[in-house]
Amino acid sequence: MTASSVVTGDGPRATEARLLVAAVLVTSAAGILLGWSRSSELPPAAMVTGLALAAIAIVAHLTVRATAPDADPVLLPIAFLLNGLGLVFVQRVDIATGSELAAAQAVWTAVSVGAFCALLLFIREVWVLGRLQYTFGLLTILLLLFPLVPGLSAGVINGARLWVDLFGMRFQPGELAKLTMVVFLAAYLERNRALLSVATQRVGPVLLPAPRHLAPLLAATGTALVIMVGLRDLGSALLFFGAFLTMLYVATGRPAYPALGLLAFGLGAVVAYQLFSHVEVRVSIWLDPWTDVSGSAYQLAQSLFALGTGGLTGTGLGFGRPQDVPFSATDAIFVVIGEELGLLGATAVLLLYLAMAMRGLKIAQTARDEFATLLATGLTVLIAFQTFVIVGGLTRLVPLTGITLPFVSYGGSSLLSNYLLVALLLRISDESRAAALGRPTSAQRRKRARG
Amino acid sequence: MNRQLGRVAAVVLVLFGALFVNLNVITLLQADELANHPANRRVIIREYAIERGPIVVGEQAIARSVRTEEGQYRYLRTYPEPELYAHLTGYYSIVLQRSGLERALNEELTGRTTEVVAQNLGELLGGTQRPGNAVELTIEPRVQQAARDALSGRQGAVVVLDPTTGAVLASYANPTFDPNPLSSHDTAVINEAWAPLRDAADRPLVDRARGELYPPGSAFKVLVTAAALEAGSEPSRTFPNERTFDVPQTTQDISNAGDTRCGEGDEATLQTAFARSCNTVFARLGVELGDEALAAQAEAFGFNRSPPLELPVAASSIPAEQDVPSTAQSAIGQRDVRATVLQMAMVAATVSNGGQLLRPHLVQTVRAPDGEILRGPDIGRWAGPPGDGRPISPRTAQQLRSLMIDAVSGPGATGSRAAISGIEVGGKTGTAQTAPGAPSVAWFIGFAGDGVAVAVAVPDADGSGGAIAAPIARQVMVAAAGE
Repeated sequence: MTASSVVTGDGPRATEARLLVAAVLVTSAAGILLGWSRSSELPPAAMVTGLALAAIAIVAHLTVRATAPDADPVLLPIAFLLNGLGLVFVQRVDIATGSELAAAQAVWTAVSVGAFCALLLFIREVWVLGRLQYTFGLLTILLLLFPLVPGLSAGVINGARLWVDLFGMRFQPGELAKLTMVVFLAAYLERNRALLSVATQRVGPVLLPAPRHLAPLLAATGTALVIMVGLRDLGSALLFFGAFLTMLYVATGRPAYPALGLLAFGLGAVVAYQLFSHVEVRVSIWLDPWTDVSGSAYQLAQSLFALGTGGLTGTGLGFGRPQDVPFSATDAIFVVIGEELGLLGATAVLLLYLAMAMRGLKIAQTARDEFATLLATGLTVLIAFQTFVIVGGLTRLVPLTGITLPFVSYGGSSLLSNYLLVALLLRISDESRAAALGRPTSAQRRKRARG
Repeated sequence: MNRQLGRVAAVVLVLFGALFVNLNVITLLQADELANHPANRRVIIREYAIERGPIVVGEQAIARSVRTEEGQYRYLRTYPEPELYAHLTGYYSIVLQRSGLERALNEELTGRTTEVVAQNLGELLGGTQRPGNAVELTIEPRVQQAARDALSGRQGAVVVLDPTTGAVLASYANPTFDPNPLSSHDTAVINEAWAPLRDAADRPLVDRARGELYPPGSAFKVLVTAAALEAGSEPSRTFPNERTFDVPQTTQDISNAGDTRCGEGDEATLQTAFARSCNTVFARLGVELGDEALAAQAEAFGFNRSPPLELPVAASSIPAEQDVPSTAQSAIGQRDVRATVLQMAMVAATVSNGGQLLRPHLVQTVRAPDGEILRGPDIGRWAGPPGDGRPISPRTAQQLRSLMIDAVSGPGATGSRAAISGIEVGGKTGTAQTAPGAPSVAWFIGFAGDGVAVAVAVPDADGSGGAIAAPIARQVMVAAAGE
């Protein structure tokens, strides 16, 4: 295998290699444009960043080639492109606000891709995870409670207690909890699918399964939701709930579950609106952001100003005002993209997520077993819903809740979790495609090599 | 599970579809509105990145932009003579937006329309930034300063016009304010200066020359006389000389100031009544002319309309229809008649120039950075409706001019303290009651020679127009006429 055949050959890995080259080129070009917006000389840093990204891409690609040769060829390049654009825009915010986040984000990129490779190396078969369902269930609760442990907790940041300080790094365990939760749910639903599909109890016009089958599920999910609402992480709670309902529906084929779930969500929302002043404020801002532009609605108004200023083609990379938008490197990074790259750039980014989601559901559809299908579904909707919640919030489609834009926002835990998520999807797709082609799976090949 | 997955995919597509539609609405349909929203700081930052043109009086800039190196706003607006010109320049503030000429002439001063400011980012970045235009005012700094000196801290306003053109030579009002802190780049400084100005009982932000309406009192007799002369009366026409005029349909009679008669003899001429400002004669004359004639004459002079100055001016007012007692009161400038100082200066100017109501204007030229004159003064008659900008005939104007000269230098003249030796000065005093026992508004409106028309109003005066306003007018006219 020569270097050129890596890119020019046939098959999914060659496609992936070509797409990765494109992703690195686009990212480097964006970095150079950002540099040119400040001075006419090409900053050497842009070259270094480009080369570093290329190196990381090569490592990731070679790992996939070795451990999941039949995996989906599109997911990694999309993730990598979003990650690269995120790095450029975090750097953009650094320039505007004087913060120094880009270097940390670059380190987190390397760490996250390292974790991505490690997962592919060590988890050769997805069903292994399914056996550990209660471990993952417990892990989810522990991860969520982690920020409350004295000594580790980083305290209340932006009104929520979500962070821990570990080895000098600030980490948000809730991001990982999303993955462990989905693994638990997939395993549980796979085992109890038949029972949950058989309705024996009548509640009004709706038939439901016996409570004892449903109880563990509701208990685990309910606990997670209560913790997250308690931690004031409304965005994550919403995401959990959405993923849970989707997986339940896919597992059972009963639309009553999402219907009842949405009803419960509606009631919960009304109760939360009555009980929690911060929920009420969020909703009233959503309904009318223009009466308190400089106060409570500041973030939403600034987001809309940025997008409106950007218009169709944007102000150009480096020529917007990210310093006006609160949380421009994290939650609100999408509006920085919207302002500087315009509707066209923002649409391109959204299309990347949509492609990722469709690809993920395709993987779910072709997965080898039901556990893998449910896992792939849960992982995919996590990305899709998260994108919807934050972009919809920033554009006043839904009430704004603070949550990261996957791969793009500054934040190590989010980036790490999302790379792990993609690794899992790649593992699932590799298994199913290898099986479909009658080839040995990665695990079988490894066994054979050892034997 | 394929069927379910298909539905999940459909839901995801719908959600993203909603995102796309919404994003298009914001970035295309609402883009202009959002980009130019007053609370969108980008608009003001771009505007502050332009070197705004100066506002010039004489040879001196009374508002100019100074480059700053700190902070996000590139140019700081400064006012070297802040209090003397505050009511004209206004302020230019990141918090309070703009007022005065800064607001009215914003497009001239930035050199482009608001939309272009918001959109010409390329120009901004390319460094090909064109400064704004300079606006030169008609104000004579010497006269403006004289107005401030003459008022010597009293509440009130002075307006001086060039009757031949309508140019405003001075417009000063007390109390005034300092626009510099309001135009600061520091929000805290702005707020600290703004709160006391906004809450002060004497309302220093109100320009009493054009934004406040006062009862004109006897100064309104110029308009009543104009109506009488236009209707065919002569200055020599005689009226019964009485201590009180028995107003029909009411028990509230009208008497002269000091409860006197109108000079010697059983009869008083219009000329005497004008010079001595006899209420009995003018109330009788007003009732004779009738409410509609009075209103028509006042409207021909500009009442019930806003004069077309570059700055907003309150419309002076007179009811179109009144009953007889009210008409009698209106004829001596009381009751529901209200006028701005600027309007009364326009009346004086019209008498002085032979009967033409000219458009008052503050802008002499708008000059591009390269010196090219983009716009000259807006000289011309202020045509109605109603009227064609000729409220009185040249003959009436000539007669009124004589009457007003007599009212300054004739026997028993109320305006004698406005007289200047060697210069022909005419005028009319007024002392308007606002409420029984309350301080009155002291007025003087008049002219000096052919090139100066003036109006002075001092509310809360502890004396008559002749005692308080006439000396102020004299001091200002000396400065204006003494070239």
